[in-house]
Amino acid sequence: MLDPELPVLTLADLGVLRDVHEDGDHVVVTITPTYSGCPALDEMRADLTRSLTAAGYTSVEVRTVLAPAWTTDWISDDGLRKLAEHGIAPPSRIGRRGPVPLNLEPPAARVACPRCGSLRTRELSRFGSTACKALRACGDCKEPFEHVKEI
Amino acid sequence: MNAYEGLVDTGEERHWAFGTGFTAALSGVDRALPAEVDTEDLTAYCLMLGDDALILSQRLAEWCSRAPELEEDVALANIALDLLGQARLLLTRAAEADGVACDEDTLAFTRDEHEFRNVRLVEIDCGPGPGGDFAATIARLLVFSTYRLALLQRLTGSRDPVLAAVAAKGVKEVAYHRDHAAQWTLRLAGGTEFSRERMVAGLERVWPFVDELFAPHPVEARLPGIAVDSATLRAEVDEVLDTVFAAASLARPEVSPLATVAGRGGRDGVHTEAMGYLLAEMQHVHRSMPGATW
Repeated sequence: MLDPELPVLTLADLGVLRDVHEDGDHVVVTITPTYSGCPALDEMRADLTRSLTAAGYTSVEVRTVLAPAWTTDWISDDGLRKLAEHGIAPPSRIGRRGPVPLNLEPPAARVACPRCGSLRTRELSRFGSTACKALRACGDCKEPFEHVKEI
Repeated sequence: MNAYEGLVDTGEERHWAFGTGFTAALSGVDRALPAEVDTEDLTAYCLMLGDDALILSQRLAEWCSRAPELEEDVALANIALDLLGQARLLLTRAAEADGVACDEDTLAFTRDEHEFRNVRLVEIDCGPGPGGDFAATIARLLVFSTYRLALLQRLTGSRDPVLAAVAAKGVKEVAYHRDHAAQWTLRLAGGTEFSRERMVAGLERVWPFVDELFAPHPVEARLPGIAVDSATLRAEVDEVLDTVFAAASLARPEVSPLATVAGRGGRDGVHTEAMGYLLAEMQHVHRSMPGATW
């Protein structure tokens, strides 16, 4: 199952697939949204139902859990690698974080260009083509690229 | 091939003409109501938080294609989408706490003005039309997201499992909103003389609506352990705003708060003139063609 908006990743790579429980012909799949307003969630639900029905399950239930909230730390190592291979800068690992700090400095440019590896990159926009991505540009190869934001 | 054919449903699922067309936003989430809760109060509280998000989402969406630059169209639309997502979850919770047969769409599209419980800050017209401009929209976003982040952070400890879960997700999103607004505040205040003038005017435009955010409400008091007492958020919000103002060399505006009507404000369904126009635009398709699908 591929993510509708990042089709280089499977739902498992992305970390939104939380649980699969199989009981004969009945299967319960649990997923979690990346962002509260993520419009891809219903596509995922429909895709899962379609694929599992095609795979022979007579009863398919897709559940959504909100807690614990999704974090980019749940993207698998494989997922990070696939993102970079497809020209999307992967998020850094954030680990456990305390209260969200207010950041009044320009964001630190520690995002490597997925094309040439340069660290001379800058943020063009904090919000890119989907809620989970920012838009950046490389100062060396001059190419724009997307970056999955740490959350 | 007709360009619209791709939009038309070919499978069994029906597309929605407006609203969401599905009610599965909370499927699988632990929906048990907390012990000894007055469901009418819980509904009212979910509507307060949900309506704040819904109405500001509508206002931000008005900027799409009209922001100063393309990236900002996308940014404001993304922020609106986050808030809409939060609103859907909160209105769904309001509907199920209420126990009557209604859903998020019914609440969003068929309530009248006096039934909306959002603060007045989110409904006023801050542009892109003559009611304001980009700086006023940024000023509002700065104040609102600072307030909402403080609120959601405390709400993560709520006894209501759904409110706690919605808050935990929302904290991450709203932190980005606050950061975006703070960055723009610095940029506008430190830009040209003209941009600074607009930023100062924008803050003055929204400041009369700030006190209402921290007015304690009886519904909050009746939901101990579930709701957050708004009055307790003030110090934290002031501290964040003062930090931004200091960095931007801006002074806190000196304008009087907008009065309530016999003690009643947005949280009690008493709104400003702007609200009726906003709802007319948001609701008219649904009201003209109830139940339409395609």
